[in-house]
Amino acid sequence: MIPGPFDYHCPKTLSEAIGLLSQHRDDAKVLSGGQSLLPLLKLRLGSAGHLVDIGRIPGLEYIKEEGGSLKIGGRTKEAALEASDLVRKKYPILADTAAVIADPLVRNLATVGGNLAHGDPANDHPATMLALGASVVATGPKGERTIAVDEFFTGLFSTALAPDEILTEIRIPAPPARSGGAYVKLERKVGDFATAAAAAQVTLGAGGEVARAGIALTNAGPTPVRVEAAEKYLQGRKPDSAAIAEAAKLAAQAGEPEADRRGSVEYKREMARVLTARALKRAVERAQGQGT
Amino acid sequence: MAKHEIKVQVNGEAREAEVESRLLLVHFLREMLRLTGTHIGCDTTHCGACTVLLDGAPVKSCTVLAVQADGREVMTVEGLEKDAKLHPIQEGFFQEHGLQCGYCTPGMMMTGYALLQANAKPSEGDIRRAISGNLCRCTGYVNIVKSVQHAAAAMAASTK
Repeated sequence: MIPGPFDYHCPKTLSEAIGLLSQHRDDAKVLSGGQSLLPLLKLRLGSAGHLVDIGRIPGLEYIKEEGGSLKIGGRTKEAALEASDLVRKKYPILADTAAVIADPLVRNLATVGGNLAHGDPANDHPATMLALGASVVATGPKGERTIAVDEFFTGLFSTALAPDEILTEIRIPAPPARSGGAYVKLERKVGDFATAAAAAQVTLGAGGEVARAGIALTNAGPTPVRVEAAEKYLQGRKPDSAAIAEAAKLAAQAGEPEADRRGSVEYKREMARVLTARALKRAVERAQGQGT
Repeated sequence: MAKHEIKVQVNGEAREAEVESRLLLVHFLREMLRLTGTHIGCDTTHCGACTVLLDGAPVKSCTVLAVQADGREVMTVEGLEKDAKLHPIQEGFFQEHGLQCGYCTPGMMMTGYALLQANAKPSEGDIRRAISGNLCRCTGYVNIVKSVQHAAAAMAASTK
């Protein structure tokens, strides 16, 4: 399959890239790893008159802790996230996520920023970033602005990014002591989108009770779903199996999953319940220093 | 529609061409350079038959634009054999019956080759994870895993 015709631009700087986006607006798409965009263009599910390849702009690939945040450059590859010792040790929910995105070959090109900016509720990072309380940095003609991930996903394949903005960084608050997270995904085969998947990030108080819980679901509606009811329920409670089971039930009621070849609505809700319970259990174990 | 002059190192050789923006890397390799060892399978980023190394990393060449490879290094299955001698990964697939129809084999070998560059002693789990983006409908993967293990052992023996 061959994509429809487009012009390809290869800017060497961010400002040059933003200039091209400002010029072509809705007729332009940002090409990062291309692992979602190119299949879309090849299948002719989408089209663009101009592709602005950010692949040769220096300084967009990094993973570092700075000023109380984990900062991930927008073009950082999933493979780099998966291989990062810092991520594995301190942000295991991100390592869990990177390891189940598409397949290893795709992860050699696919980028974290692209996974978010594509606005696909079937992508895996959105739920993870919601659970982590992350924000993204959008860079446009007027400079940078920060957008909370909670406000980033505005609809199916739609985000809060303006046509002339590029997602240049993801910022995740560094977790306090006694924090842990996990991402658990059910997929029919490697490389498939989630039938259902749950992200959970938990911080425990000194007495072992839940000080903060972030819970979100993948592929459970037109946008990634944050399960605030379950987060609130857990707040201040001991995360024992009864509390986790109740929170998981609340997750099953969240979102608007649609029936498709991956399963019925009832099945997807039931899987959301099971996976939320598993993600919470692993997150709590990791917060208690027992997990792997 | 814009055309682009690209220069790509393919299997160690500088190759130049004028390409359309939308030309995919796999078509550049197969149709312009006539390197037909790289196969097109699903054409939807699933099967891995088109796997080549781009700056050393295995990628699906049906999901890369040829212009994106400008100034970079590509290695295809044709780059494995040296001086009429099969690379150990090729020898491994031959000795262990790592193929039946052979369609997935170039991709499997490129992924296997890249794995062994990064991890000289992979476990069975490492191999299975590495090839999880390469589909084979004939072998059930058992002999493919053995083939990569065969290559790992041969490469370890040759460096002793």
